[in-house]
Amino acid sequence: MDRREEILRLLEGDARLSAGEIARAVGLSEAEVEETIAELERSGVIRKYKTVINWEKLGKEKVAALIDVKITPEREHGYDAIAERIMRFPEVKTLYLVSGMYDLSVLVEGSSMKEVAAFVAEKLAPLPQVTSTTTHFILKKYKEDGDMLYDGEELRRLAVSP
Amino acid sequence: MMRHKLAKRVQEVPPSGIRKFFDLVADVEGVISLGVGEPDFITPWHIREACIYSLERGYTMYTSNYGLAELREAIALATKRRYGIDYSYEDEVLITVGVSEAFDLAIRALVNPGDEVLIPEPTYVAYKPCTIFAGGRAVSVPTSVEEEFRLTPEQLEARITPRSKVLVLNYPNNPTGATMRRRDLEAIADVVVEHDLVVISDEIYDRLTYEEKHVPFASLNGMRERCICLNGFSKSYAMTGWRIGYALGDAEVIEAMMKIHQYAMLCAPIMSQKAALEALRSGNNAVEEMRREYNRRRRFVVKRLREIGLECFEPRGAFYVFPSIASTGMGSEEFAERLLKEQRVAVVPGTAFGEGGEGHVRMAYAASLRDLSEAMSRLEKFLSR
Repeated sequence: MDRREEILRLLEGDARLSAGEIARAVGLSEAEVEETIAELERSGVIRKYKTVINWEKLGKEKVAALIDVKITPEREHGYDAIAERIMRFPEVKTLYLVSGMYDLSVLVEGSSMKEVAAFVAEKLAPLPQVTSTTTHFILKKYKEDGDMLYDGEELRRLAVSP
Repeated sequence: MMRHKLAKRVQEVPPSGIRKFFDLVADVEGVISLGVGEPDFITPWHIREACIYSLERGYTMYTSNYGLAELREAIALATKRRYGIDYSYEDEVLITVGVSEAFDLAIRALVNPGDEVLIPEPTYVAYKPCTIFAGGRAVSVPTSVEEEFRLTPEQLEARITPRSKVLVLNYPNNPTGATMRRRDLEAIADVVVEHDLVVISDEIYDRLTYEEKHVPFASLNGMRERCICLNGFSKSYAMTGWRIGYALGDAEVIEAMMKIHQYAMLCAPIMSQKAALEALRSGNNAVEEMRREYNRRRRFVVKRLREIGLECFEPRGAFYVFPSIASTGMGSEEFAERLLKEQRVAVVPGTAFGEGGEGHVRMAYAASLRDLSEAMSRLEKFLSR
């Protein structure tokens, strides 16, 4: 595995590791690590650093819905032009083109069910290329982006073992 | 009331240094523990899931004393593929309850009262007691940091007597992290032949090497017939609690071990054997992922220890570092106790692994980089006082 990949693996697991910690773990100097990370940021390999938050625990519940959208593709642009229009709405958190019964899978987030419903009714459904929408409100999140979002019991190893 | 009834052999063995330290650690809050002898990963889900499935289907019965045939077959095949050594799954593979049981069986199958078992030191904690319980004499063979804790033929020969019968090898090594290269093993093989020794080679850390590929002792010319090779799933697949190990060897010795195993244990738990089978079938990627992660931690810890000012040879296998603490002027037990009390970091004093471990402590890097980083900062504070 090359050094860049080693660095990315570490950051993927814990973005707050310091350059010094990473340097020692991959066998480079701190300056080399800083340089490599800067280069990865510049070239867009590293998009940004985020925090995985369980908002529910703070009592700040958000409402999210997955919306299946059927589209009439446009001549010359296929799905791209309409997808680019949809993704610019800040309410849209995730947008995929998928195979199967519908075309776009849109994850929308809002502060209330009403708000999400209004977004679909007023912004999404009226787009001329959209032929139908099916809204699935999310009832419970179990796992998001590879992170499990609930507290299992704490696992404890023996503190000292042979 | 029972005290005077206890067998001499059992009384002869002192309480474990690890246990003693375990009790000390239990009394301290907020400890970062580098004292563990097991992975910090949880068994990969596909392996756990396979176990659940086997339970759903009703696999709750005994297996053959030797273990599930399909598991033995898979082990024989994996051994052949990885190391080119042939073992017949029918009578040369025995599934045991961890390597711990396999070692006990091997010793009991070989040792007569008074026979000497040569054990390189620092050593894993179980070899000497098992030897004594079996009526044998445990003879320590010192290894040194100058030789990166490899066993040398000179040190070995110096301890050989007419009663020498068994040599125990454990590379990659717990507690030192030492490995033996092919040429190191070949030099030992010459001594083994010359003095007609049998080798019990505990290779439980074989998948965790970071510089060169592991060389099994049995793969050396003429050594397959003189060697009982022990291995298991605990370390490579993060499966310590499942208790599945195995022994590979000539049919005669495997049958002798099975003879004891069938009465003492009957068989290893079937659900764990099913899980082990899944591990062999599709656990390879997980092993490699974990190995890479250990390697990053290894580099980090060795680097930090040297920066802090503790001499530390670079371990090439397992997940332990064994730094020298001689420069602090403290003995290893004092060092470990004070580090625990003053900075809440648990390490194991080298003396828990025999007198040869004095002047060292064992630190396991089977912990997150973040915890390791914090532990090293605390260690630095401890030493700067």
